[in-house]
Amino acid sequence: MSDSQSSSHVDSAAHAANPNLQHHFDSMEQQYESGKLGMWLFLVTEILLFGGLFCAYAVYRHNHPEIFTYAHQFLDKSLGGFNTIVLIVSSLTMAMAVRAAQLGQRRLLTTCLALTLACAFLFLGVKFVEYEHKWKHGLLWGKNYEVQGEMAGATEALMIPAAPSQSGSAADVDPNATILPRAARAPEGLAAEVGDHGDGVADAADDHATHGLEPKNVHLFFGIYFVMTGLHGIHVLAGIGVITWLLIRSLRGDFGPDYFAPVDFTGLYWHVVDLIWIFLFPLLYLID
Amino acid sequence: MSTHENERHPDFGHVAPLKALFGTFGALLVLTVATYGATYIDLGPLNIWIALGIAVIKGSLVAMFFMHLWWDGKFNAFILICGLLFVMIFIGIAMLDSAQYQAELIPGYAPAIHP
Repeated sequence: MSDSQSSSHVDSAAHAANPNLQHHFDSMEQQYESGKLGMWLFLVTEILLFGGLFCAYAVYRHNHPEIFTYAHQFLDKSLGGFNTIVLIVSSLTMAMAVRAAQLGQRRLLTTCLALTLACAFLFLGVKFVEYEHKWKHGLLWGKNYEVQGEMAGATEALMIPAAPSQSGSAADVDPNATILPRAARAPEGLAAEVGDHGDGVADAADDHATHGLEPKNVHLFFGIYFVMTGLHGIHVLAGIGVITWLLIRSLRGDFGPDYFAPVDFTGLYWHVVDLIWIFLFPLLYLID
Repeated sequence: MSTHENERHPDFGHVAPLKALFGTFGALLVLTVATYGATYIDLGPLNIWIALGIAVIKGSLVAMFFMHLWWDGKFNAFILICGLLFVMIFIGIAMLDSAQYQAELIPGYAPAIHP
């Protein structure tokens, strides 16, 4: 990196006057390149963080394809697709904001940052609608997974894991009942599922048809769904915080061709948030 | 790159051409529709690979043009590619291990792949 700097035209006298130049950097360019390198290293740790979750996803989906096929039907493809487009638009406005900062187009910069912020809020708003729907219907992680309504009792019976010692209970559950084709015949919407089997199936283990509708351990999917989209949502929240700070600074007129690094680096972060959603959307919403 | 008279260009850093930004945006929209549409065609186990392939193309477009890697020094791209390689090694080895025996450890644990 130092080679490229020494060869490029650096008017050190002019840059030394820039109040944004920290004393431990020689020039604005060196400060910018160093910051960018640091940002990329941070972004790679972010990718590794999400990599752990993608690994959990891959292992669970490999072992339990029937759960993913069944449970993804409770996610709204259209809302997920809409949010994908919202994030893509926000990525464009963020990239435009960086360009505007570089060219000293202050009004365009402020507009683009405000649009990015609006998209971020829109994304979280849609996410809130989705989460609320799942919360209301008990489509949650672990022990909290409890489909609300008359079905609650029967669902609980299905969730008891088959421990090795209780080979009897494992035999009770028809293994064919949980393979893909049968699970795939699950009802389209949640309302239908709760309503259809409300007529008091006291001993659910006797009714193979009931088992066929819902595979065991569906809560695994929702655990993965909430952790992955939740961590992503936290990143959107953090982005909202930083972009708000940029917006205030842009109104103050802090950014221009000599100093645009904060806008540029926030842009890099925001694009990674978009990148992660690009993978989350097909993996969670578009199974089958 | 379009340069207006009243615009001041920075002394360092690359200014992304508008054409590249809007082109990337358009391609991302088209690919989003494509990945959505691909789910209506049943190709069995191929579906997930098509979805992942489209996601990789979209991700590369974002990284190259929105994130300036196409014009940047190559070291930043090198860092990103190294990170992705380690994620792939991590997931790949975990999957190898998982596919080896995990489904058989607990009877009835993974009924779809090991009844």
